[in-house]
Amino acid sequence: MKKVEGQVRIPSGCAISAVISRDGSRMTGEKIIESMKPMHDRSNGLGGGFAGYGIYPIYRDFFALHLFFDSRTTRKDCEAYLRESVEIVHAEQVPTRKTPLITDEPLIWRYFVAPLKSVLSNLQLDEKELIARIVMNINTNRKGAYVFSSGKNMGVFKAVGFPEDVGYYYRLEEYEAYSWTAHGRYPTNTPGWWGGAHPFSLLDYSIVHNGEISSYDANRRFIEMFGYQCTLQTDTEVITYIVDYLLRKQGLTLEETASVIAAPFWSTIERKPEAERQQLLYLRKIFPSLLITGPFSIVLGFDGGLMALNDRLKLRSMVVGEKNDKVFISSEEAGIRAMEPDAENIYAPAGGEPVIVRVKEGVF
Amino acid sequence: MHVKADHLDFRCLNRALQTANEDCTVSGCLGQRFIAAGMGNRHISISGIPGNALGAYLNGARIEVTGNAQDAVGDTMNSGTIIVHGNIGDAAGYAMRGGEIYVKGNAGYRAGVHMKAYEERVPVLVIGGRAGSFLGEYQAGGIILVLGLNTDGKPLVSNFPCTGMHGGKLFLRGNCTKTLFPKQVTVHIADSEEKKSIQPYVEEYCRLFDADLDAIFASDFTVVEPDSKNPYKQMYVLN
Repeated sequence: MKKVEGQVRIPSGCAISAVISRDGSRMTGEKIIESMKPMHDRSNGLGGGFAGYGIYPIYRDFFALHLFFDSRTTRKDCEAYLRESVEIVHAEQVPTRKTPLITDEPLIWRYFVAPLKSVLSNLQLDEKELIARIVMNINTNRKGAYVFSSGKNMGVFKAVGFPEDVGYYYRLEEYEAYSWTAHGRYPTNTPGWWGGAHPFSLLDYSIVHNGEISSYDANRRFIEMFGYQCTLQTDTEVITYIVDYLLRKQGLTLEETASVIAAPFWSTIERKPEAERQQLLYLRKIFPSLLITGPFSIVLGFDGGLMALNDRLKLRSMVVGEKNDKVFISSEEAGIRAMEPDAENIYAPAGGEPVIVRVKEGVF
Repeated sequence: MHVKADHLDFRCLNRALQTANEDCTVSGCLGQRFIAAGMGNRHISISGIPGNALGAYLNGARIEVTGNAQDAVGDTMNSGTIIVHGNIGDAAGYAMRGGEIYVKGNAGYRAGVHMKAYEERVPVLVIGGRAGSFLGEYQAGGIILVLGLNTDGKPLVSNFPCTGMHGGKLFLRGNCTKTLFPKQVTVHIADSEEKKSIQPYVEEYCRLFDADLDAIFASDFTVVEPDSKNPYKQMYVLN
């Protein structure tokens, strides 16, 4: 019998891309789709996805939940569960366009929700924590339902297919974002399924990732002590939860977070100036289990910005360029040139050197 | 022959180059992989961004890129010349075993990883700017030369150069006192004989990219070599 993908191991690839306007000017999804085309062969059609920030200005005050359902019954049950703790302000099917290149689609819905004040005061939680718990609960306990996007004024769109086809399927030309991230998947150790496509997202954090985490189980065991559940059959989701834990719960800065997950080697730390050396030593001692080893290049999307980061050995490629108010990030320079042929200041950041780009205050 | 690469996928582009059987110029290149892989005695000139593994297994051809090149240029190349007028990505000259690569600007991580040499085949990688970390990782033979021109004030070579080096020679322009080398290599300032040995490659660099030969040779060069012929003797087997 022929073994299907998931039973056999397929060697690695993956592509990531991102663009952000520092002025907060809006871009449709067409450019970021173009970026994935020259990198087509880095994916194998088993997953593609995008995240757009600033796409829901009308509903900007509400959490936008994107969900996959396997049936109408699952949807009805899940909606009833949601209504226990949030008000659903608006619910609709995510608009898609039929294409023979994207098949076996689940039901895809989005809900704009506001946590109920009574529930928040009763549980003594802030609204982000409540939403995070709802997401974990659905993804862990509700078979056939999966929340794949849960931030405000942002959204993740992902499917099994090549990224350019996924972008066409989700009609990304109809959305306008101040930043986009994209991913083309070439799964290595785990099955290609709709929930397993990137970006992986929790609240407004989203991660696209090219690589393979050697430290996955160490990271998973640590992060699961804090209420996160790794249920999606792939390593990347643990990065999303680590980022949420360090940024939202521990209050670290993006730079500090980068120094935890892509910590410099001890020998490199030794040669740093004293103040920096002390800080790096502190972070390595406090969060040793959150060092991510193995090859990775990631782009973290968040409310108002992006952060790109390579593993400390830089075992994956990543290039950055800019043009006017825009900054471009891609696995290959070709991915940048496809978005902006005249991009300038093209460079490859060093391993563990975060590239942080923020939109000007107040414009998004 | 002139090949417009716009919207051609890498198979079509490479088939066009293979069947042309003459010198070619390629324009509008955007990420197509394996260009001129295994190609013999011809001249290929490329504008745009050639994709990964440009000139892999190259077998005598001369490739000239007007701008930047991506990762794994000259992967396992056998002979021939690759000239890049911009910067080059990671793992340039990966396991090359002959031929020459000239990069006007900077190289990414792992330039010259596992270069090797056999008798008269001695590969040469010349980097005009600076190199990323793990330069010459597991180098087993050949010559790597970093000139450190226009480094924007950054170090000529980043962390962990020559990790696992066990053959060949690495030349860095300047005295590199701040660079940390691993234990199994020796580091010394090049004598006149050693400087002379790299002169043809520096001359060629200057000719290709219009650089000042005298200015380059006015400074010292640091030479890095493994500290014995077999630095890993008896580490794994009795040898």
